[in-house]
Order: sequence, then structure tokens, then C-alpha cells
Amino acid sequence: MPRTIRDVVFVDGVRTPFGKAGPKGVYHETRADDLVVKAIRELLRRNPDLDPKKIDEVAIAATTQIGDQGLTLGRTAGILAGLPQSVPGYSIDRMCAGALTAVTSTAGSIAFGAYDVVVAGGVEHMGRHPMGEGVDPNPRFVSEKLVDESALFMGMTAENLHDRYPTITKERADAYAVRSQEKAAKAYANGKIQQDLVPVSVRRTNAEAGETGWGLVTADEPMRPGTTMESLANLKTPFRAHGRVTAGNAAGLNDGATASLIAAEDVARELGLPVKMRLVSYAFAGVEPEVMGYGPIPATEKALAQAGLAIGDIGLFEINEAFAVQVLAFLEHYGIADDDARVNQYGGAIAYGHPLASSGVRLMTQLARQFEEQPEVRYGLTTMCVGFGMGATVIWENPHFNADGGDK
Amino acid sequence: MSSTTELLKGAAELFPGEVVTQAHVRHLDLPFGAGRFALITLDNGLDHTKPTTFGPQSLANLNAAIDQVEKEAADGAVTGVGITGKPFIFAVGADLKGVELLGRHEDALAIGKGGHDVFRRLSGLAVPTFAYYNGAAMGGGVEVGLHCTYRTVSKALPAFSLPEVFLGLVPGWGGCVLLPNLIGADRAVSVIIENSLNQNRQLKGKQVFELGIADALFEGADFLEQSLIWTANVLKGSVTPQRAEIDRGDAWDQAVARGKAVADSKVHGAAPAAYRALDIIAAAKDGDLSAGFDAEDQALADLIMGGELRSGIYAFNLVQKRAKRPAGAPDKSLARPVTKVGVVGAGLMASQLALLFLRRLEVPVVLTDIDQERVDKGVGYVHAEIEKLLGKGRINQDKANRLKGLVSGVLDKAEGFADADFIIEAVFEEIGVKQQVFAEVEAVAPAHAILATNTSSLSVTEMASKLKNPERVVGFHFFNPVAILPLLEIVRGEQTDDASLATAFGVAKKLKKTAVLVKDAPAFVVNRILTRFMGEIQNVIDEGTPVEVAERAVEPLGLPMSPLVLLELVGPAIGLHVSETLNRAFPERFTVSENLAAVVKAGKRGFYVYDSGAPVLDPEVAALLKQGDTVLTEEQVRDRVLDAVAQEIGLMLDEGVVAEAQDIDLCLITGAGWPFHLGGITPYLDREGVSQRVNGKPFLERGVASVPA
Repeated sequence: MPRTIRDVVFVDGVRTPFGKAGPKGVYHETRADDLVVKAIRELLRRNPDLDPKKIDEVAIAATTQIGDQGLTLGRTAGILAGLPQSVPGYSIDRMCAGALTAVTSTAGSIAFGAYDVVVAGGVEHMGRHPMGEGVDPNPRFVSEKLVDESALFMGMTAENLHDRYPTITKERADAYAVRSQEKAAKAYANGKIQQDLVPVSVRRTNAEAGETGWGLVTADEPMRPGTTMESLANLKTPFRAHGRVTAGNAAGLNDGATASLIAAEDVARELGLPVKMRLVSYAFAGVEPEVMGYGPIPATEKALAQAGLAIGDIGLFEINEAFAVQVLAFLEHYGIADDDARVNQYGGAIAYGHPLASSGVRLMTQLARQFEEQPEVRYGLTTMCVGFGMGATVIWENPHFNADGGDK
Repeated sequence: MSSTTELLKGAAELFPGEVVTQAHVRHLDLPFGAGRFALITLDNGLDHTKPTTFGPQSLANLNAAIDQVEKEAADGAVTGVGITGKPFIFAVGADLKGVELLGRHEDALAIGKGGHDVFRRLSGLAVPTFAYYNGAAMGGGVEVGLHCTYRTVSKALPAFSLPEVFLGLVPGWGGCVLLPNLIGADRAVSVIIENSLNQNRQLKGKQVFELGIADALFEGADFLEQSLIWTANVLKGSVTPQRAEIDRGDAWDQAVARGKAVADSKVHGAAPAAYRALDIIAAAKDGDLSAGFDAEDQALADLIMGGELRSGIYAFNLVQKRAKRPAGAPDKSLARPVTKVGVVGAGLMASQLALLFLRRLEVPVVLTDIDQERVDKGVGYVHAEIEKLLGKGRINQDKANRLKGLVSGVLDKAEGFADADFIIEAVFEEIGVKQQVFAEVEAVAPAHAILATNTSSLSVTEMASKLKNPERVVGFHFFNPVAILPLLEIVRGEQTDDASLATAFGVAKKLKKTAVLVKDAPAFVVNRILTRFMGEIQNVIDEGTPVEVAERAVEPLGLPMSPLVLLELVGPAIGLHVSETLNRAFPERFTVSENLAAVVKAGKRGFYVYDSGAPVLDPEVAALLKQGDTVLTEEQVRDRVLDAVAQEIGLMLDEGVVAEAQDIDLCLITGAGWPFHLGGITPYLDREGVSQRVNGKPFLERGVASVPA
């Protein structure tokens, strides 16, 4: 049977505002599956031309797939969101790259012809499901020295990455974090972020956490506008005495969910759905688990090679800021300046937060907005590091690209 | 506001056991830069099985919350104020326990006024107010929202009503006045009068929107978010809620007249609440809210101090609480599982029982009868009923297949009942026949199987007496129509053991019936009282009182139908049969009417002809009647009938037929449809002094179904 590989596009992406994990966080009394449901419903509301019956799959990622993140979230969230019973769903786990993997897995299936339109997203409620909840690592990891003990503690892997790149100092990391907060605040002031957020109603019954009753979350809770080098300088380095990684130059522990619509380009055009980005290539790569943050580099190498592109062809970068050092290592590797204007234009996870398995779609949603504004850019990429020593990269083409507007 | 505070403080002291609702105020930023918003959440701190209610302290809490938001609104600190509920519940109105405790008119007035004073502040803030009906909303819960400028409702809202008239009150915290002014009198009459008097029918979210009570409807999954987004749009002017013009002309008066007709057909003027509500609705035509609210306060206080409401609350508690925990039922852990049911007989009653067991228990049900034709007819009936359910969409094809596959009919009891756990007989009402049937069943059924009888008047003990294992025989007396009337009289024979009884109660619960434990006494509860009641009507007619006088005499009770219409429904022959049974048992009190016997003998199935639409005494029946020459007035008839009923109930309680008078009332409400405003019957007999006159004491202690001392 002859097959035609089809172009795959990013139609739209939304997310809940991200919250701080823990008893005082805005989502402390909100279920993880409900966060996904709100995101899916907003996605459908924004795209009324899409008959929900036409959705072929709901792929939802979560790292800790138990409790309200268990029960085959893609399926159950679909039902809870009011999708027709005929729409199937499943769950995905690649830790931090969960939502990114939900996109690439379904995209591959779209290209293959198995699906036309899918919902792909992710959620992590780190307040209800702290990292490592219920894990049971095989003792051989340690006994056979398959991985270093630090591999299980992301902060330690970030310190290890500082070791690999001695020129990336704490000051450089802090400066990067300050810029991330500044860029995020500016993006908010310019309304770049809010347009892709779905407000979430939240209940609070614990008076110690603030006003009780129902409230509405309309903005990211973790943001710290006004962060300065001075305010970061004296933060503790919890992962290593006299280390470099602090709560200020890393993403926090967060709650949130994302959802995107991914479609075959011909189907999107036929249904009148927006085409915000065109998928060029994607790749995953493994590295030593104890320097997990290095992962984006080999993943990007592979994705570029597949696409026949060089790093210089990439006009916009959305790099997940799990740790400032991980972004800086990537930039250093490619010889890109720490403050290069192409990188994380709206700021990143250091400001917005990083609810593990949800973040991949946040990167894509932001890149899509930047593509709209910058038709002179042809290619962009989203990349992130992944626990246990992996990296994930997706390269996208700007459908609004207009050669006259730029140099590519 | 201090007067309201004082008022509520005084009221709160009368109700120390209130489950207090908090009114949390939380601030949020509306989308689209629509500003800072204060959202009040009503929450009693318990889960959704304990719905939020309003007692005096709860009202005081809401009042304090409104103090806060009123100031913020005046200061320009918020652009709007909203009110919503905890998950699944908005608020279900006044706390009835608190209402029961009120013993003085002025205290009742204070509760009405207190609610008004607090709620109406929501319409007087410097900013618009919004109610978000997120879940169940009843009575005062509905009303607090009516005082707001705008309302949204969730599609997932399962129950929305103004049930006050059903209980014996009026919607007295603004409902009678605000609702007709919002949606017009006719729709308001439907909600306040018609739904209430139709067994407290509930509206769903979609209907609340379609009636115009809510300005917007949103799905449950993100109801509050969408409500707040809508709020932002309203505040910014990008959405303008559209409301239908209200007809304040003749349509208003016609609506009130329609309400009166509905009330007459349901309570026959016997309970005041609906009429008081209609008076207020009628007066609300001029849109004068303050005058209307005052009228509500007065009506509320009058009704709270009246017997009908106390009876209504008593009846409500019987069917809501006592019905779920039958008095005298053995520990349910003793119950044996029932995985297969046998039905002896395949006639209409037996087939109806088979259908009920099938639908509720979803276990194999086997019918037997004396020939194949009857068996086939019985199974055919069940199949046809399943098809009807399928056709109406009440069950799907898979369920229909399952149910049809579960029902079967056989001639051979051994084949049918060898592995049955519960076997019920519905054969001819004759003790010898029933003993024979049970003997045959016992020979083939497992030793643990319950043998149940649907007898309406025979002795369960006698029926069991010739069996090897009489301890497993239980009376299981349904009321026609079986699918509709909730009552199930469970009769304990002299030898019935606890395990069998517990199993019977377990089955009753699965059948969703209101089970009442009854001693093995002639005609049990409902038939005995109804027969005594009818017998006395029959007596006065036989003695010479005209039929229409006798019929009219009991109209003030507001029974669902007149005595002779009821006798038509039951069937004169069956009525005669029961009266004969009771006459044998208690010849000094139960008579057998020769006129009734003549009607039955003549083959008449009723007393009235309906050619003109209204019932007219059938001339052929009239010709059969042989009456004496003692003509009583309506009042005399009523006294005789009520005296007889009071005497009979007194004797039944002395005999221990049921545990308490409450069970008599529960039986009459759920088995005979006797109205809430009578509280069944004993609260009414107490209230009217009949109990005292006949038995020298009331049935119920003061405060149980009456204004407390």
C-alpha cells in the first residue's frame, strides 16, 4: 500500500496559569485531572470549527501517574472534558518532556496517516504528587554503578553540569535568571502570555493559605518580577554546599497543565483551523543521567541533522529553563550569547514555573506566538532536558515566514 | 445594620444546634481587565452529602460578608460581587430544624425579616451582584440569588426548586415577589405552586435558564470559570443579558387563577400555603417589592405558627429519614443474599412484581403458574414492559437484552425454584390456596429461601403454620400501582426469624420501597385504616345521609380523592372483600355494607358516571341504594369518620401493629397518598382535638408535629 508522509502542524496551544506547589499554592485543593480538563475545553472553545468528533486521539503526559494523574489520563480527561465517547485517549511519561513527547508521538502517527487531528498535552501537580512519589529504583542502578547516585536528584545533576562547564559561574546563572524574570514581566505587560491562558477556578478551605472560598487563577503564581542579582546572591545552594544552583536560578516546584491541537496540515486547512507552526523534525537523545541538563545538545544535533539544517538556521529558541545552567550550557556549546535576543524572548520556566510533564507545550505555544510576530524567522526550536539523562528537541517552521521580511 | 444583627443574634440563641454556614469572601482579578471582584462562597464546611443551609447564625455570617463587600463596593475597591456555593451545592434554603424550634409568632417573624434584611442588601450595593448557581439550590438558596442583579446556572445542576409550598410555607425570603417580577407570573406559578404540589418536582439547570431565572447557562466542567468570564463581559458591557418583557396585564391575573386551580386540584383548599403564596404573587403585580416582602414576612410567620407546616415538616422527615431507617428492622448484617427470585403466579399482580424485582435486583426471576398459557402471558407482559422502557429510552438495548434474558417462566416449581433465594406468591387471596402453594414451594426450594406473601389481609402466621420451616415466611405487602406507590408493609409472622426479616428489609431497600415493619394483624395498616374510614362513610350513607353530603364531608382533609372515587379505584369487590375480612376480625367496629354488596352483586365497577366530565352518581347505583332516614350534616359525618379513624389507630398502637404513630403516618403518606399537610393523619387528629376526644390523649407529643410549647 503506498503511503504519503503528511505535513504536521501545531494548530493551537493553551495552558492553565502555573501555580506554586505546596499547601499555600493556588492549586493545592484542585485536582490534576481537572487542570487538564480546563485546558482541553479551552482549546476546543477557541477552535469552534473543529467538530470534537474529529479528534482521533487525546495524549496526555504526567510523570507521576497515580491518583488524580493516573487512570489513563488521556481517556478519562477526554470524557471529563465532554469529548464524545468515540474519542480515545492514553497517557504518556517522559518526565519533563512528557507533553513534548505527546506532541511528537501523535505527530508521527499523523504523518503516518493514523490520525488527522489530536489533542496532546500534559500535567503535573507537584503539590499533590511530589517528584519521586512512589518510585522504587532498581538497586542495580547503584550496585552496578549504572548511574551516579546524584542522577535521581535534578538539582545535583545541575551542579554536575556546572562542573562540566566551569566558565558557567553562579553569577552567570543568576544574571540569566534575572533576565528571565525581566523578559517574563515584559511579556505579561505586553499581553503576550495571557492570551493563551485559561482561567481556573480554585477553592481554598485552609485560611492559613489566604482568603478562603472560590477564587480564580488568571496569572502565573511563581513569577517574581523585580528579581535582582542582589536578591539572588545570598540564596541557599541546597544541592551542594557552596554550590551554584539555587531556587532563584532554577524553575520551582509547580502545578499546571497544557494542551495543544496537532493536525495534518491538509486537514487543518480543510477544516479552517489555524496553522501556527509546521513540524520539521524531532529527536531525543540520551546522555549520562548525572548530567541530565546536557541532553538538549545531542538531541538538537540529531534534529538539525534530520532536517538538514545548521544551528545558524534557527531564528528563535524556546529552551526549557529547568536550570539556568542547562540553558547556558546549550548556548555555550553553540556559541550563542547568554542574552541572545533569539532565545526565550518571553522569559522561561525560571519565571513561569515548570510543572514537569506539562512544559513542552508551553514552549511551543510561546514559540508559535513569536512566529506570528516575526515572519522574517523561518525556523525555531523547542528543547528541553529530561530526567535520567535525556534531551528532547523539536524543530518548527514558521508558516507565516515571508522571505521579504527577513534574511532566511 | 445593627438592627439586623440584633435580630439574628436573638434568633441564633433559639437555635443552638445550627449547622453554621460560613460566607467566605475571596478576591480575584476578573479576565479582560474587568477589575477586582469579591466572590462570596457559602459553605458549611461539610461534604456535599450535608448541603449548605441558612439558620440565623448563617444569615449573620452572610450579613457580615455583605458588610465587607458593601464597603469595598462603595470605596470602588471592587467592580462586582458574586455569590456561589461549595462543590455540588449552592444552598438548599432555611434549616428546617431551626424552623421546627420556633414557638412564638414574633420569633417566626424575625426569621423572615432577618432573611429579607440580609438578602436584599445584595440588590443595593454600589456595584452589580451575580449569583452563580453551581449546584443544588432550593428555597432560600434560590432566593438569595434572586436578589442579585444577574444569575448564571450550571447545566450540571441537578435540583432547583422553591419547595416551600410543598412543606406548608411560602417562599418567604423574596421568592414570591421577585420571581414573578423576573420571569412573569405564569412561570413563577409553575415553579412556586405547580412544581411544589407535584411531589416537589425539581428543575434542572437547563430549565432554570430556559425559564429565564438565570441569564446564562454553562456546562459543569468549567462552570465557575465561564461564569466569571461572562461576568467580566457584562461588567465591560460586551455582553448585555436579554430578559423577556413581563406581561403585567390580564396574563398576571390568569396565572394566579391557574395557580388557584392547581392548588384546588391538589389540596382542595385544605392547606393554606399555596393560597398565601398566590395572594403575594397577585399583589406583586405592581412591582412594589417592600410591600411584597412585608407580606412574605407575615405569611411566613403565620404559617410557621400553623399546624399544616408542622405536619409538613414532620411528614418530610418521615419520608426523608424514618423511611430510610425502618423502626424495628433487624440488623442488616443478618440479611442473606438474594441472587434469584421466584414468583408464584403469573397473573397481572405477579407479573408486575416480577418486573419490579427484575428491574431493581437484576437477578434471574422465574414465574410459575398452573398452565403454560398463563406462564407465557406473564413472561410476555414483562417482555412488553421492557420493550416500552426501551422505546422511551429509559433503558438501552444492552440492558433490555439483559433483563429479558433474566426473566423466565416454567410450569414445574422444582425446576424454577430449586436455586431461588426469595420466592413470593401472588395467588388467589384464600388461606387454603396459599397454604397449599407454600407447601409445594417448600418441598422444592432451598432451605434458606424466603417465602414471601403479597397478601393484603390474610394471616401470615396462619399461612406459615403448616410448613416445616415457618420461620422463613414474611409478609411483603405492596400497594397498587406497584411501580408507583412507595410503601411496602413487611409483616412479621409469629415465627418469622430475624434473618428472614432482615433479608426482606434488604430486598425492600433494593426495590427502593419504603418498608415499614408491621405485626401480623388483620389487614395490617393502610387497608385497615382505609377500610374503617370508608366503612364509616358507607355507614352514614346506608343510614340515610345523601352520598354527596358524605363525600363533601371529608373534602376539608384535602385527600387525593373522595372516598367513593377511591373505592372505584380499588374496585368495589375488593373493598367488599377486605371489609368482610375485617368484619370477621372486629365485628364490633367493621361493618359490611349491604348497599356495597348490592353494587358488587350488580356487577358495577364504580359509583359515578363521567359522561358530562364531572362525576355524577350512576342512576343504576342510586337505584340500588337502600338508605335509612338518619340524615347527618357534613360536620357530623366528618366527626364520625375522624372519630372512627382515631379510635382505630389508637387500638392499632395498643395492639402493637406498628412501633409508633409515626409509622402509621408514614404508611398513609407512602401507601395511600395522604397529604403532607395532614402529616399522614395523626398530627391532624391531634390538632383538631379528635385524638383527645376519642382516646383521651394526643398521638404525638407536643412539638413533634406541632408548635412546641
